[in-house]
Amino acid sequence: MMPELLQTALGDLNRELGAKMVPFAGYEMPVQYPLGVMKEHLACRAAAGLFDVSHMGQVIVRPKSGNVADAALALETLVPVDVLGLDAWRQRYGFFTNDSGGLMDDLMIANHGEYLFLVVNAACKDADFAHLQKHLGDTCDLEMIRGRALVAVQGPKAETAVARLMPEVVAMRFMDSNVHDWNGLPLYVSRSGYTGEDGYEISVPDDAAVDLARALLAMDEVAPIGLGARDSLRLEAGLCLYGHDIDTATSPVEAALNWAIQKTRRTGGARAGGFPGAERILGELSGGALRRRVGLRPGGRAPMREGTVLFASADSDAPVGAITSGGFGPTIEGPMSMGYVDIDFAGNGTVIHAELRGKRLPATVVPMPFTPANFKR
Amino acid sequence: MKYTEDHEWLKPEGDLVIVGITEHAATQLGDLVFVELPEAGTTVAKDDEIVVIESVKAASDIMAPLDGEIVEVNEALVDNPTLVNEDAMGAAWFFKMKLSNPSELDGLLDADAYKALIE
Repeated sequence: MMPELLQTALGDLNRELGAKMVPFAGYEMPVQYPLGVMKEHLACRAAAGLFDVSHMGQVIVRPKSGNVADAALALETLVPVDVLGLDAWRQRYGFFTNDSGGLMDDLMIANHGEYLFLVVNAACKDADFAHLQKHLGDTCDLEMIRGRALVAVQGPKAETAVARLMPEVVAMRFMDSNVHDWNGLPLYVSRSGYTGEDGYEISVPDDAAVDLARALLAMDEVAPIGLGARDSLRLEAGLCLYGHDIDTATSPVEAALNWAIQKTRRTGGARAGGFPGAERILGELSGGALRRRVGLRPGGRAPMREGTVLFASADSDAPVGAITSGGFGPTIEGPMSMGYVDIDFAGNGTVIHAELRGKRLPATVVPMPFTPANFKR
Repeated sequence: MKYTEDHEWLKPEGDLVIVGITEHAATQLGDLVFVELPEAGTTVAKDDEIVVIESVKAASDIMAPLDGEIVEVNEALVDNPTLVNEDAMGAAWFFKMKLSNPSELDGLLDADAYKALIE
């Protein structure tokens, strides 16, 4: 028998809004609302969307010494990211690596002055927490936050909408992470998201989550958006989906995530290495990887989806890669994919062939994002 | 109008039938983004996969409802797949076919039987 699906604090509201609910990472989550995937996607890009992302893991890493630098240094033993250099109330993207240099999960890391606040993927959160407990348990108190929902408000009107409830958010820059008061409650608000749009992710106590969501949804600018449109939005933004575009068998360099590994953690840096898989990852940073994650624009209208095999030409035998995410981009009004190709085929403008329903169709390697990002830097 | 258990509708027109997918099917599929039609003149057997449709979510096939020959296809869908979501039972027909054995049409579902199927 299937284990019972977990509910988020917004579960009843999602059903009331007419969401189609599906199982996702052990939770019952809204895949779309009555507007439908395409219109939800466009509503987010044109105005603002509200996403229930409460299934994601929220973790507090509190240094036993009371000095947040000790938590930062401890976390740096698990991520190839400059955590020590992260200023208070700032956030940064990172990932847990394994001993073979693969990716265990990707996450957001925020410095909240006295502790680090992490947001990790739903499907990985229990494993991530065990990993943190095992390696940081001596130096840090770890808490998986159980009683907080997480909502994302994304889109060019997100600032207008959220500022009606918390005027302070206007002053935030991209990747700021603050604690703001709303109705006497501390909300953890970051100016970030996973759609390529400006916006916020807001951690709110469970018993106030419905009130917050209703207050936002009552605004003309804000529409509820499901996981379906969240996927097409993040793909247009060129962002990886863990378990599809990155996993334990892909290294950060293969995944073209070099930008997330700051100089200080690289060879010659002040705190070079010292994370799992450092030998491989540092080696690939200087010498390159054998394959690379790229963006692809199919030549025709047919979407090239996850699992589609890629070839050098219309009649060559050996595959040169495969697609890991693909679909239709409502904003670009055409199909788009990302996937891995042998390094010889990773240059922008390279035309390769995808095998689709027994036919070889051309696709061109293109830079990502497919749509320009709209962050408030 | 007749229906299949695969959510297609068939509407007789002279000695041909017009074939599309039902509004119920279009709603379930979500916004269509790609349609690939067969060539006019193709001879098809019942349950042959003859049309590829893709929604924002996934790819699926439309099968030949009965034996026959494809006489005409609706090219407008290739340029505007979302027409299926807007007018599934009308303008968004997929193809017209000449049935090998027109009497087989009688064996398909009528409106009440189809309605019962999807309820």
